[in-house]
Amino acid sequence: MDAESFRQQAKAQILAAAAEHRPLEIRGGGSKRWYGQQVQGELLDTRGYGGVIDYEPTELVITARCGTPLAEIEALLAQHNQMLPFEPPHFGSAATLGGMVASGLSGPSRQAVGALRDFVLGAVLMDGKGDILHFGGQVMKNVAGYDVSRLLAGSLGTLGLILEVSLKVLPRPLATSSRRFAMGEAEAIRSLNQWGGLPLPVSASCWQDGVLTLRLSGAQAAVSAAEKNLGGEAVADADDFWHALREQTHAFFAPAAAHKPLWRLALPSTAAPLALPGATLIEWGGAQRWLFTGADAQAVRSAASAAGGHATLYRGGDKDAGVFHPLAPAVEQIHRRLKASFDPAAIFNIGRMYPGF
Amino acid sequence: MNGKTASFAPAPAEPAFSLARQQQVVSALRALLPEHALLSNLEDTRPYECDGLAAYRQTPMVVALPENEQQVVAILKACRDLKAPIVPRGAGTGLSGGAMPIADGVVLSTAKFTRIVKLDPYARTAVVQPGVRNLAISEAAAAHDLYYAPDPSSQIACTIGGNVAENSGGVHCLKYGLTVHNVLRVRMVTIDGEVVELGNGALDAPGLDLLALFIGSEGMLGVVTEVTVKLIPKPQAARVIMASFDDVVKSGNAVANVIAAGIIPAGLEMMDRTSSRMVEPFVKAGYDIDAAAILLCESDGTSEEVEEEIGRMSAVLNASGATRIEVSTSEAERLRFWSGRKNAFPAAGRISPDYYCMDGTIPRKNLAQVLLGIEQMEGKYGLRCANVFHAGDGNLHPLILFDANLPGEFHRAEEFGAEILELCVAVGGTITGEHGVGIEKINSMCVQFSPLEREAFFNVKRAFDTAFLLNPDKAIPTLQRCAEYGKMHVQRGQLKFAELPRF
Repeated sequence: MDAESFRQQAKAQILAAAAEHRPLEIRGGGSKRWYGQQVQGELLDTRGYGGVIDYEPTELVITARCGTPLAEIEALLAQHNQMLPFEPPHFGSAATLGGMVASGLSGPSRQAVGALRDFVLGAVLMDGKGDILHFGGQVMKNVAGYDVSRLLAGSLGTLGLILEVSLKVLPRPLATSSRRFAMGEAEAIRSLNQWGGLPLPVSASCWQDGVLTLRLSGAQAAVSAAEKNLGGEAVADADDFWHALREQTHAFFAPAAAHKPLWRLALPSTAAPLALPGATLIEWGGAQRWLFTGADAQAVRSAASAAGGHATLYRGGDKDAGVFHPLAPAVEQIHRRLKASFDPAAIFNIGRMYPGF
Repeated sequence: MNGKTASFAPAPAEPAFSLARQQQVVSALRALLPEHALLSNLEDTRPYECDGLAAYRQTPMVVALPENEQQVVAILKACRDLKAPIVPRGAGTGLSGGAMPIADGVVLSTAKFTRIVKLDPYARTAVVQPGVRNLAISEAAAAHDLYYAPDPSSQIACTIGGNVAENSGGVHCLKYGLTVHNVLRVRMVTIDGEVVELGNGALDAPGLDLLALFIGSEGMLGVVTEVTVKLIPKPQAARVIMASFDDVVKSGNAVANVIAAGIIPAGLEMMDRTSSRMVEPFVKAGYDIDAAAILLCESDGTSEEVEEEIGRMSAVLNASGATRIEVSTSEAERLRFWSGRKNAFPAAGRISPDYYCMDGTIPRKNLAQVLLGIEQMEGKYGLRCANVFHAGDGNLHPLILFDANLPGEFHRAEEFGAEILELCVAVGGTITGEHGVGIEKINSMCVQFSPLEREAFFNVKRAFDTAFLLNPDKAIPTLQRCAEYGKMHVQRGQLKFAELPRF
């Protein structure tokens, strides 16, 4: 199907659904369908709208359609020694660009380079009236109009069909080295925060079960100097380790552990180890913590709030208790008004993020 | 700053100001604020009539200078009930008239919010009030070898609240990002007087990313009362390369080649010959005034890292046809190399009675085309233009030189500027990279966005500002305004980019 036919077909589907107030489920490859609440609705499949529209390595910008396989984009960037700097998890070969942006998830390098939303430069959205709206652009600095394209990152398809996205890309680091240290949880949190205040090229970190693994990336001289400075042991198969962490195929996430729900806790990096039962894995210099726990959802949320962050019921568990942290009433009101303006008939991925939203 | 003050302020259309209305608003606010926090006499309100864009002026009806968040809440609620528009204001250094007052409106200044609430070197964050100056954050953090990365040229005076409103950048944003990349949390008050927290102490927040939406919203969605910023370690060393090119296209290609080599410089700036000849007599930076263009390419990090990167950058620049290359050998020399670029605006003010600074961003590959277009416009409008360029991120600052005392020159400068922005949009860029739309570029928004897109922006505004009273005349033009702008252009046979694709 050509691009124009897809847009016409999507518009017709949206208008028909809006006329009958019938919900739609916007879906790419379905690789992250488990994330958030389950959506009931007629399928709006984005995979018919694929292809890279524009990529010039020296501009550091790539623009592609939502149905483009994520693997295809990363392979193209790799040919030019570039990458999506935030290392997005794929969670399967079916992952698409649109799904990546809508889920808004970032990988191990988030602590050093920023999140997916930091690299969104522009987006084309089809709203609930079937209208096509352009926000942002293909340039790195742009303050014309409100930054709606970054708002779409992590919106879980609740505001409309993300048709096209422009992303800033970066060169791959010249040199990378990973080091391993034996230390307990509290000491790891302390070390990560202390190192964070020093000019060290730390690009990723992972603590689990008494072992802290650190990745250094940058100019060869900077990586070598940091290796010498920090010590630790060399890590064999480091690329596989960080890939497994990103894709959650690391042993910590193995199905055997998954008889309990997996929580994602986003906390200030300095937060002390939480007094919650269960196995923990720490990333992002202390700012992202994974927890398999049978603890009551309310207890997990209270602990995260008390530490200054929030908790997401990431995989498994009882989703009736809510997947995402409840919003403050004033923030929730702004959410609902934004939803009503982009999706007036309330048809897009209803309930995926919050009930009725 | 936008040239010397001049007497070419456009008259406000229909000032809705009346003494009776002023008295009504003043008496409502007097009940909420101490005597000294409320200004309404002309001699007191006059200093607020413009921001850094001095060409656009309007004396406000009332100026409120609240001292705490409760007072901000009370002012907003009172203004909502009275339907009085509000213009939030930081240091007033903005270059797009975003803080230009409204004739029957209230200027809400954050000048009293100057406290650094908390600086946590271990967490590498600072919690600051909106009136804290950008540079004051880095100065406070310096004792811990940390700093706040975004460094707009006005950083000595501009405030973090204004930076949040404009999503300010600086010469190092290619590597270190804009305000949106360096702010973790904003606490703000809505027009309904509700205190709202966007973001938190973690790296993300539940729900939609309202923090990203709020940053760069030009004071139109809420009034900021507190900001948490990220601090990062200060680089141990920095050196800058100054490279000359005998052709602007070659220097543009050199920039692309540096990026293609996998290098992200800490700063990457270009100046054309008009600019270097303009600044050299003024600052004596040692610029090659015979070069068609000069590139400044900076590396920072550990000293070993800088050594390695400077070597690689120099090789790329030489291979790209640089006619002369100098590398700073001391901090004093580094600062001297930068001094010319950093003094481009004052130098323009020195050689010309007035100047008008534009702020388009373009895909870098179209630089030669845009510079050529600007050269042709110089002939068309009979005005000179000097170009300085944040080359790494494609942000172009043409400085149009004019004399406001000569009849019609300011008007020609404005038209020249608008045509440059149209060209930026036509080649796939944007009308503003970092200065904001404000009142200045509001007509150019009609060129960049469709009626439906502008309506979507109005809806975003209403989602936060239900009463439509926060800086309501800025940034987003009404349908009627765009219709008038379009008509004006068709009459003169300009604006010929309607057929071009746009993103």
